[in-house]
This record gives sequence, structure tokens and C-alpha cells, in this order.
Amino acid sequence: MIQLRGLNKTYQMGGQPLHALRDLDMDIQTGEYVSVMGPSGSGKSTLLNMLGLLDRPDSGSYHINGIATEQLVEEQRAALRRDNIGFIFQAFHLIGRLNAFENVELPMVLAGETTRARREAVEHVLQLVGLLDRKHHRPGQLSGGQLQRVAIARAIVMKPRILLADEPTGNLDQSSGRDIVNVLENLNSEGITLVVVTHDGNLGQRAQRRVRMVDGQIVEDERHAPG
Amino acid sequence: MRLADQLRFNWQVFSGNALRTGLLLLAVAIGVASVVMLTSVGEGARRYIDREFSSLGNRLIVVFPGRNETVGGRPPLFGNSPRDLTLDDADALARIPSIGAIAPIIAGTTIISRDNRSREAMVMGSGRGFFAVRQMTVSQGQIFPERANTDALSICVLGAELKHELFGNNRAVGEWVRVGERRMRVTGVLADTGESFGIDMSNLVLIPVKTAEQLFNSPGLFRVIMELKEGADENLAKQRIYQVIRERHDGEDDITIVTQDSMLESFNNILTALTLAIGAIGAISLLVAGILIMNISLISVSQRRAEIGLLKAIGASRNQVRQLFLGESMLLVCLGIVAGIAFAYGAVFLVRQLYPVFPLMPPWWAVPAAAATALAAGLVFSWLPAKRAAGVDPVLAMRGVLQ
Repeated sequence: MIQLRGLNKTYQMGGQPLHALRDLDMDIQTGEYVSVMGPSGSGKSTLLNMLGLLDRPDSGSYHINGIATEQLVEEQRAALRRDNIGFIFQAFHLIGRLNAFENVELPMVLAGETTRARREAVEHVLQLVGLLDRKHHRPGQLSGGQLQRVAIARAIVMKPRILLADEPTGNLDQSSGRDIVNVLENLNSEGITLVVVTHDGNLGQRAQRRVRMVDGQIVEDERHAPG
Repeated sequence: MRLADQLRFNWQVFSGNALRTGLLLLAVAIGVASVVMLTSVGEGARRYIDREFSSLGNRLIVVFPGRNETVGGRPPLFGNSPRDLTLDDADALARIPSIGAIAPIIAGTTIISRDNRSREAMVMGSGRGFFAVRQMTVSQGQIFPERANTDALSICVLGAELKHELFGNNRAVGEWVRVGERRMRVTGVLADTGESFGIDMSNLVLIPVKTAEQLFNSPGLFRVIMELKEGADENLAKQRIYQVIRERHDGEDDITIVTQDSMLESFNNILTALTLAIGAIGAISLLVAGILIMNISLISVSQRRAEIGLLKAIGASRNQVRQLFLGESMLLVCLGIVAGIAFAYGAVFLVRQLYPVFPLMPPWWAVPAAAATALAAGLVFSWLPAKRAAGVDPVLAMRGVLQ
């Protein structure tokens, strides 16, 4: 479903060109569980942003379900992102003035969904992450693990087919982190494609497919049996 | 994104930043209120003049010596023509059928004294008609007799204040005063009507027009005030006046005619222009409010970069982000407009209660003009912040990297 071919991306960092991606080729099948690991500056976050249509490559092609994304205009990319891709960030990125329910419904609000459809979907996903009883709490009233679960609920409320997680456990203690990993893996087991970018070796080892990046290139791509 | 959802989103931003929102609201409200209130003053002045004119009741025509081609505007105070407007001219004008009361006027200043008290006062020489056209009455004694129109009688009517200064509380009617070089008997005291068109009627000495002619040794009239008869056509009367003067002045109509209507019209024009001008000055404060909105919005955009990045990551397009930020400013401006208009009307109401004489009132166009200016300023000045918000790079913003 995802096909990357010859992807290149260069950033200017303090006057020095930084080659974040070099001729990267990659395919990801529907329902795969992929971890991307590598040292800082290896290009793994850039890869995630490319996959999430948040960034455009300098050259190369990116197809989602056969759609050539590099030919889409900004509006179309935003719609494709909204409908197909869920993001989970290390810093959660919840909006502090909105309560859990309002944070989760935000993608649906942007998509112009009706109030009734929103209520149904939001309550369903909050139930899924076990936070339905906290729906009127603001981010300031929730713990780190709960915040990340709200963020996951927001990421899946539009029923995306791809979930992109950037260090999802990076800001959490061990037990909360395990908790979040369980939620993500449960979602994966129900068919969602899960791509996790992490420094954390233990987290990376849990994926069936483990990709290692160095200097903008994939140096390792292993597949393991589940478990 | 639905409108209701966007409004709710904007509102949540406002209530989360109550102080910032309140201050911006205040800036817009002050701008709108100042436009509405300043124009109310101008419009009030216009209405005040309008009411003064209509309180005169009758339709007046004023003839000045000398030609002034300018229509409306300030009438010439003294004739600039070599040919004077004379009492004979005034008599001829009086015979025009559509003219009612007529008051030829010779004016000047002189010393008026009684015993050891003396005052410099304005002297107006006129006839019985003066009392009719200016709608003046005496509080004591009598107005001029019929003979005052034709003879140089040594009589005078004093303004109320002048009488008080010369006679105190003593009886003035029947007493003698010295006006210039001449002794005159006081026959009446004007009822106190205060100022009328800038001439203080209470400090005036009225004497027969022939007497004034001798006193100032000049046959030239200062002006002739006439009253148009009920139902008479103003333009026809004007033509007749020109015709009469041409016949008497060797074919030249070297006079200027100002009618009450045209005077009122030029006052109206001047005051409307003035109102527009002060309204425009008020609008400057709206520009200031606009610049303030831009400043604060730019700060707000850089503070909310992470949020903007997130909105993009969860599917907001560039346009949606721009629309959110523009909508935020517009909503703020709309609230400011409502607050400003409410405040302005409240202030106008209060002033009207305190000073009922002055008909303070915003002109009909003040509110739409203030609102339109505020909206335009809000739109123009929030364009740049909204554009900057739309251009936020989500990748960098969410990592907390400043561009």
C-alpha cells in the first residue's frame, strides 16, 4: 500500500546541507508493524514526515494505495492525510484549552463531520483507549499515559489505515509506556498499519519488521515472526 | 469545517486568553465608539443650526449691497460695490407684491451714555419691519411708531442687557440717552431673546433708519431683510428683486441675495463635511486598533506554532489554518464593533440627558461606516498573521524549532 522510490531530502542546517534522505526505497504492506530505528540525524523522523505527507521530498516518488502523492496540491494532501493517516507524537500535542473529548474530535471537526457522527466516533475511540470517563478532563488534569492515550484516540478517530508514531513512549515512565505500546499493538492486530520511530531498542524489537537507518539510508531491514 | 465549529474553536481561544482578547476588544471598541461619538457631535451641530433656522418660522430673504458670485458661504459684511444700496431701493423693494415685512438696516457702533455711564454698543437703524422679520418684541414700552420708517425721530429701543447696564433696575422708558452725538428718548426695551445668529440682541440699540443715516452720515444700507409672504415663490421673488434693482441701478443687479433656505443649505453642507472629516479622524483610531491586532496576532501565531503544526498534521489544510486565524480576528472585531456601538449610544444618551439643548445624535451612516472601517482594518491587518500561520512548517513546529 505504501511505496517509496528514490526519495531524497536535503535540509539546510546552520548553512550546512544535511542529507536527511538519500535515494530511499521502501515498501510497506497493509497491516504491517514496522519500527524505524537509528541514531539522531539518521533521517528517521524525516521519513516519518514524508510518510505522513507533512513534508515533500526533493525528488523521488511516494504512492499511497496507488495515488502519486507528489502530484497532489496542498489541499489534496491535507485531505489524504486527514482521512488515511493518524499521527502520534512524543510530546502528545494536545491543545490545552480543549478537554479530552474536544481534542479527540478535532480531526472530525476539521473534516466538517456532523455533531452526531462526532459524538459516536469519539466516544467509541475513547472507550477503546479506556478514557471515556475522563472525556471532560482537560490535558492539565491528566497523567502522561492518559495524555498519550487521548492522542492515540485522536489519531484513530478518523479510522485511518496508517498510524505513524514518533517516539510514542519517549515522555512516559515504563509502565505507562508499556500501556501505550499495548494499545498500539492491539490496534495493529486489528489491521491498522503501524510505523513506530524510536531510539528505544526494546520498543523497536517488538515490531515484526525492524528497519535501521544511518545517514538517510536504510542499512538493515529485518522481518521476524510475531511475538 | 463548519461555521458553528469554527466559531466555537475561536471562542475557546478567546476564553483561554481573556486578558489579551479583552484588550484587543477594547481597542476596536474605542475606535468604533470614537467614530460614532465624534460624528454625533457634528451631526448634533447640524441639527442645532437646523432647529435655530426653523425657529425663525418665516422665510427670510436678505439683500446685501455688492455682487458676490459665490453661492452660499459667508456673505459680504459690507458692500464692495461703488453703488450703495439705499433706502429708496428698499422702498422700491417693499412694493414687490410677494414681499411682506421689510427691514432696511444701517449698522455701526457708537458710544451710548446716560449720566456718567457709557457703553460702546452696536447700533442698528431700521424700521418697524425689523421687529416683524426678526420676530422681536419689547418687554417694556413700545416698538417704533409708523413714522419711524420715514422720519429721523430721536427715539431708540434698548437691548435688555444694555438697558440694565445704563439704568439698572430703574425705569428706562421715557428717559433720555445719548447715542453718539444725539440725545434720544427710550421708547422700549427689547425682550431678552439672547443671541440670534451671532448678534447679541441684548446689547443692541435700535434707532429709526433715517436717524442712523444721519448719525453715521452714510446713505448706504448694511443689508435689507425681507419676509416672503405666505405661499409666495422664492425664486420668482428673487427675480423680481433683481429686476427692481436693475431698473434703479442703471441695468446692473449689483446685489447679493441670500435666502434662508440657501443659508440653511450651506450650513448643512459645511457641517456635513465637518462631520465626515471628524469621522475620518476617529477612523484613525480604528487603524491603530488594526495595527494592534496585527501585532498581537503575530505574537499569538508564534506562540501557537505547535498547535498550528498539530492542526496541519491532523488534516487542516493551509487554507483552513488561514481561515481559522482570519475568522478569529473577524470575530474579535465584530465583538468590538458591538461593544463600541453600545458604548457610543450609551454616551450619546447620557449627554442628551445632561444637555438636552444640544441635539447630539449619530448620523445614519456613522454605524455602518465605523463597522465597515473596523472590519476592513481587521481583515487587512490580520492577513499577514494568518498567512504566516498558514505557512507554519508542521514538522519543525511540533519539534519546537523556531523558524
